[in-house]
Amino acid sequence: MNKLYVARNPRVAARSLDGEMMIMSGQDSTLFTLNKTATILWQAADGATPLDEIVEHKICPEFDIEFAVALQDAETLARELASHEILQVSEQPIPPRNAASGEAR
Amino acid sequence: MSDLMQEVTEKAMALGVPLAVQVDLTYRCNERCVHCYLDHHDHGEMNTTEIKHLLDQMAEAGVFILTLSGGEIFLRKDFFAILEYARQLMFCVKLKTNAVLIREQDALRIRELGVESIQVSIYSHRPEVHDAITLIPGSLKRSVDAIRFLKSLGLKVIIANVLMIQNRQDYPGVHALAAELGVECTLDPTVTPMMDGNRSTVSLGVDHSALREVFRDPALVGDVDEFCAIPAKTGETELEAIPCSAGHTACYVSPYGDVFPCVQFPVPTGNVRQQRFVDIWRHSERMNEVRSIRVKDLTTCTQCSHVSSCTRCPGLAYMEGNMRGPSSQDCEKSFAKTGIPSANMLAKKIAAPNLIQIKTAQIRPVRIQTEQMQPLDARPVAAMSSATA
Repeated sequence: MNKLYVARNPRVAARSLDGEMMIMSGQDSTLFTLNKTATILWQAADGATPLDEIVEHKICPEFDIEFAVALQDAETLARELASHEILQVSEQPIPPRNAASGEAR
Repeated sequence: MSDLMQEVTEKAMALGVPLAVQVDLTYRCNERCVHCYLDHHDHGEMNTTEIKHLLDQMAEAGVFILTLSGGEIFLRKDFFAILEYARQLMFCVKLKTNAVLIREQDALRIRELGVESIQVSIYSHRPEVHDAITLIPGSLKRSVDAIRFLKSLGLKVIIANVLMIQNRQDYPGVHALAAELGVECTLDPTVTPMMDGNRSTVSLGVDHSALREVFRDPALVGDVDEFCAIPAKTGETELEAIPCSAGHTACYVSPYGDVFPCVQFPVPTGNVRQQRFVDIWRHSERMNEVRSIRVKDLTTCTQCSHVSSCTRCPGLAYMEGNMRGPSSQDCEKSFAKTGIPSANMLAKKIAAPNLIQIKTAQIRPVRIQTEQMQPLDARPVAAMSSATA
């Protein structure tokens, strides 16, 4: 299976509220909130780290979950977030773009 | 407000997070609107470094929605540097501007930086009315041209229309203009006092009949019967509610670094040049005083039938002299909606004869003089009765 890379969309606005990310879509001002797992994924989505590494190093240590299951869930989640233009998903590393160069706090 | 936004706001309130902050980057302006509440002279604006430092602190404190306003924000030469930095910190950025200085290239940059919305002040669809309010010939054309650039790039634009005596007839025209441009339009019938307390601008506000007309226009309010309904009886829940979000999930920072609960609520709580933003937000005595007020603590409004539905602005009340008191302009709005006078209006009516009594009392020295001359003269008593009647 090819590696997947995920990157935060630079057009969104985001802020962590009590460990959960609030995200405002740049496309239509829709507000989303991410649960703690999705927040970890979103924060780690730098475009350079493959999704399987994010799952292995950031998600699995936090939750009592098998790697294969977690990876499948993470991929489904990443594609769903991409459908709302919150994340970008690619089989190639995604170069950083200016507006998303900072990390939401 | 969407259910999710409501949920997020409640969570932010429980956690004491300032979810939304307006920062005025300057009070300088290229227009001279007749109703403006600001002093346009620069008394020492924060520089680029200070503003970036403030933005860092605000992001750290959890601020999500950042409104950049003024004055006219595009008069700052470092405006795009500030905007770019704010977006790097991933704020949801809203802009308030008259848009006169926005050219196509600026509109492109605003889009690139992912600004959420741009609110543009438009007072009339007729240049002779709009330009007479801004006191700048040609300003309507330039603002509308900019709205077209912004809109053509897919940006969300909102026209803000303040209703006053000068443009009373024109709000349907402004709404039609907004529809033609494909943008949203809001109407605000409140002209606020100046931030230094000068109330001369308030006299530019529309009268009762104009408010009644506006509140009964279905194009503006939707279901008129619902909008103008007689308020429901106030319950315990309403009395325990907070008057508004100022100081709870929102606050305002002036170009000089002063922090207030809201742009319309100029109670000084601290200055970011001397203290950290979060320390002012959490520990300022005045901010905590504002935060402690519940509807049940309001001096006159708790007796008012409108208390559960009133748009009472605590800042306007503060500028009238008491942050726990009524805001007369909102009393007028509740009255115009329902035809039922507010408790504040009734109290003022009852107080009116008392003023005559005070006048009568001022005549008393004459009575003393009279008594000195004619101890049995009953005329002053008759005069008092007559005046009271």
